[in-house]
Amino acid sequence: MIPLSWYLILAAALFSVGLYGVLARKNAIAILMGVELMLNAVNINLVAFWRYQAPEQVVGQVFAIMVFAVSAAEVAVGLALVISLYRRRRTVVAENIDLLKW
Amino acid sequence: MTPVQVIFLLTSLLVLGTALMVVTAPNLVRSALWLIATLFSVAVVFVLLEASFLAVVQVVVYIGAIAIMFIFAVMLTRKVMQDTGPQTNSNWWLAAVFSLLLFAGLAWMLSTWGGFGAQAAASVPETTIVDLGQALVSPDAYILPFEVASVLLLAALIGAIVVAWDR
Amino acid sequence: MTTESLLWLLPLPPLVSFFVIVLLTNRNKALSHAIAVGAAALSWLLGMVVFVRALQTGMEHLGEEPFRSAVAWLPTGNTAFEIGVSLDPLGTVALFFVAWTVLMIFIYSTGYHNYGQPEGDHDLKGLPPHGATLTDESGHKHTVPSVEPNYSRFFAFISLFAFGMYLLVVSDNLLTLFVGWEIMGLCSYLLIGFWFAKPSARAAAVKAFMTTRIGDVFMLLGLVYLYSLAGSLSYEVIFSPETLEMLADTAAVGGFLGLTAAGLIGILLLVGTVGKSAQFPLHVWLPDAMEGPTPVSAMIHAATMVSAGVYMVIRIFPILSAGGGHGELTPPMMTMAFIGAFTALFAATIAVAQNDIKRVLAYSTISQLGFMIAALGIGAYVAAAFHLMTHAFFKALLFLGSGSVIHGMEHGVLHTGNHDVDPQDMMNMGGLSKKMPITFWTFTIGGMALAGFPFVTAGFWSKDEIFAEAWSVFANEGNPWGLFVLVMLGLAALLTAFYTMRQIMLTFAGEPRTKEAEHAHETPWTMTLPLVVLSFFAVTAGWIGIPNDFLGLNLGKINKFHGVVETLLPSEIEIPALEFSFVPLVVSLVVALGGLLIGWLLYKDFKAGQTDPMKRLLGGFFPVLQNKYYVDELYQATFVRFSEWVSETVAFRWLDRAIIDGFLHTVARVAYNLGSVFRDRFELPVIHNAGDLAGESVKKFGFNFRVLQTGRVQQYMLLVLVNVIAFGALFYYLLEIAGK
Repeated sequence: MIPLSWYLILAAALFSVGLYGVLARKNAIAILMGVELMLNAVNINLVAFWRYQAPEQVVGQVFAIMVFAVSAAEVAVGLALVISLYRRRRTVVAENIDLLKW
Repeated sequence: MTPVQVIFLLTSLLVLGTALMVVTAPNLVRSALWLIATLFSVAVVFVLLEASFLAVVQVVVYIGAIAIMFIFAVMLTRKVMQDTGPQTNSNWWLAAVFSLLLFAGLAWMLSTWGGFGAQAAASVPETTIVDLGQALVSPDAYILPFEVASVLLLAALIGAIVVAWDR
Repeated sequence: MTTESLLWLLPLPPLVSFFVIVLLTNRNKALSHAIAVGAAALSWLLGMVVFVRALQTGMEHLGEEPFRSAVAWLPTGNTAFEIGVSLDPLGTVALFFVAWTVLMIFIYSTGYHNYGQPEGDHDLKGLPPHGATLTDESGHKHTVPSVEPNYSRFFAFISLFAFGMYLLVVSDNLLTLFVGWEIMGLCSYLLIGFWFAKPSARAAAVKAFMTTRIGDVFMLLGLVYLYSLAGSLSYEVIFSPETLEMLADTAAVGGFLGLTAAGLIGILLLVGTVGKSAQFPLHVWLPDAMEGPTPVSAMIHAATMVSAGVYMVIRIFPILSAGGGHGELTPPMMTMAFIGAFTALFAATIAVAQNDIKRVLAYSTISQLGFMIAALGIGAYVAAAFHLMTHAFFKALLFLGSGSVIHGMEHGVLHTGNHDVDPQDMMNMGGLSKKMPITFWTFTIGGMALAGFPFVTAGFWSKDEIFAEAWSVFANEGNPWGLFVLVMLGLAALLTAFYTMRQIMLTFAGEPRTKEAEHAHETPWTMTLPLVVLSFFAVTAGWIGIPNDFLGLNLGKINKFHGVVETLLPSEIEIPALEFSFVPLVVSLVVALGGLLIGWLLYKDFKAGQTDPMKRLLGGFFPVLQNKYYVDELYQATFVRFSEWVSETVAFRWLDRAIIDGFLHTVARVAYNLGSVFRDRFELPVIHNAGDLAGESVKKFGFNFRVLQTGRVQQYMLLVLVNVIAFGALFYYLLEIAGK
């Protein structure tokens, strides 16, 4: 059978990829995509732990549903912000949004 | 190597491969599409974990709503962002290094944990949708987080409208 | 009120008057002179009351038990230095003549300084008044004497002077005597330099002060030495037989010249008198002191200050004569006899050649003081005291009279407007007997007293007594000093009579020799009244001293004076009254009448423009006399120049500028350099820069560190990630690995 470790490694790898995406991409929307990847990695982790540690309790799935809700909310607001930013500054390059520098 | 393992390996390759494509594709639309693929692969992983409801929710919510939103956003901001030039910023190598470092660290840390090589329980008790639903709305279960999540969604809804309001 | 209380109060009215005038009434002339004269009158009154009481007590009793009152004043360890007042017969005599002459001089001063006259046209404070021009109804201008601008100040000073003299007379110890002495020295400086805008007056004031100061220093040495031996300066103690014996037996410190302590003290104190009473060689200040207003000259040089010198030396006669037997002269006495006799003759010769009316009187004073000192020197202290009293009266009279004459002459000068004519020069006078009769008669009385006109003047009796004593010392005790003194004083008396007659003839007799003399007229009553009063005393004061066996007649106890002062010495020592002898009487008559006659003969036909008969007689010697034997020039060339050199070069340039200032400058420079070193090496680099460093380093750190804040979210996140990894590893290490 599949050991828990495989799922955890997978989740860690997906998380790192998502992190790379957040840190390395220019476009703000691409950054948000990276965030989504990271959230998905979290979800995988959660469900894996539910399955392997306490499958009789339903709380693991409830937690995962909460994460869904949160990620949805976050994407909505984030994209709204990007749109608003695009309208004002005519750019979605994260590097150019640096008004709060010294 | 049992068949399940093989399927798992294939699925995980898919997940990681498409995720890499998401973060490296220069064209943003393509990137969004690759995202859809990733999300689908993750749903498959959920199925492997016998969390069927979550797999469906994943497809419906993530792919059906979130990914579409991404595509919309890409479309709306497309004028500026042509598919020209590199899509990575100047610090990308540092990001790569540290991501790898993080992965290595996480992996190593997890490997020292006792329960790392746990095997799955034999079978999953029959958790139906009804149980899940009841857990979500029953006062001695998870009604509160549920309500809070709804408020959060409401706030996000209002917030998104306000933020993106075209003056 | 007890006599002692009156004695304490006696000196005070003039002192109060001084302070009141100086502080309050300086601007008001009338009030000032009223206060001053009132104070003098009050002291005079108190003095007369005391005098009467003293007479009532009886002189012998007073001699044994004088009025005395003392208080402990200065704590000196376990004991206290006592000061107080005392009145014995000598004091009584002194008080009498001081009170009268001071009052007369005060009254005289109001007239002398032209009170009531208008203020001058261009009078300045510090210069003698120059006259005011009045225009009467017909437009005729004439100049009248103007009032002295510094009127009140004069009265303030002479009040202080009177205080000093009264203090000296009533004190019962040598210290307060010295205080009064010094106060008078100060006042003589202030008053001689009263017209301070005149350079000659300023110089004369300084000269007077300096010369008497030299005497005073030695006197102070004497006082200190006396105090160290006797333990007190009260007359009661120092004149007691035990103290005198001790002083006579102790040798002077360091065996100085083989003197006894008494001898050394006596000589030191005597030097004080040499200065104060203008004896040779410290006589040089007195003629120059004529720069002061005439009342000052009268006060200082007749009535009070110079008399104070003689008074003191009579007072300390017990010390001077301690150790000497009867008829034997101790070293101080020999010194006095010599100095006195020499000065008497020396000054008389100079007086003969002077033309200034006041100068003649000045040298005459020096000469007469020499008489008194010489008398003391041969032990005739009674005669000396007697002559002191009579001299005070007739010399004051003469000075005030000369002031009156000068006033009359100044009137003439103002009338003619010719200011080149010196109103004090006798050669410009003449014929004033008709213009100023009261002055003439009183002056003549005084002059006759000075000359020693027989029987009816006081001067005759006192001078005769001196001659009698001198003769007695020589004839009865075989001491050659007596003859020396008799001869010198006799010659001096001859010259005295001569120059007095010369003075009277030149001033009053004949016809006026200048227009100014023609326009002179008599002075107001404020000036002539004191002259009259003093001339009364000049005549009568001698009669109380007529010897009991004069002319071999037994006149009973007519000589009050002898008994008075005889009691000065401790009662064990008996002073028998002198036996009468014709020799001194003949000498007196011859010198007095002879001198007067010669003077009259030489000057009775003196007219304007003629040369002085003295010039013809003395020829080349005359300029020597006129220039006072060049003593002043000698002093100037030696002492004065030396002192100036010491002062200018040694004290100023070397000590003050080079050493003291040099030291100070060095200290300043060192301090400054030290401060600079501290500032540059320590304060700036360490403290200052450290302070700056605190702020600057923070700023630099911030400046360099702020580059982190790029505003780019991804970079922030990268940093966060780095930190998370780092801390995660750290915590993992600490918790997992190190914890095991």
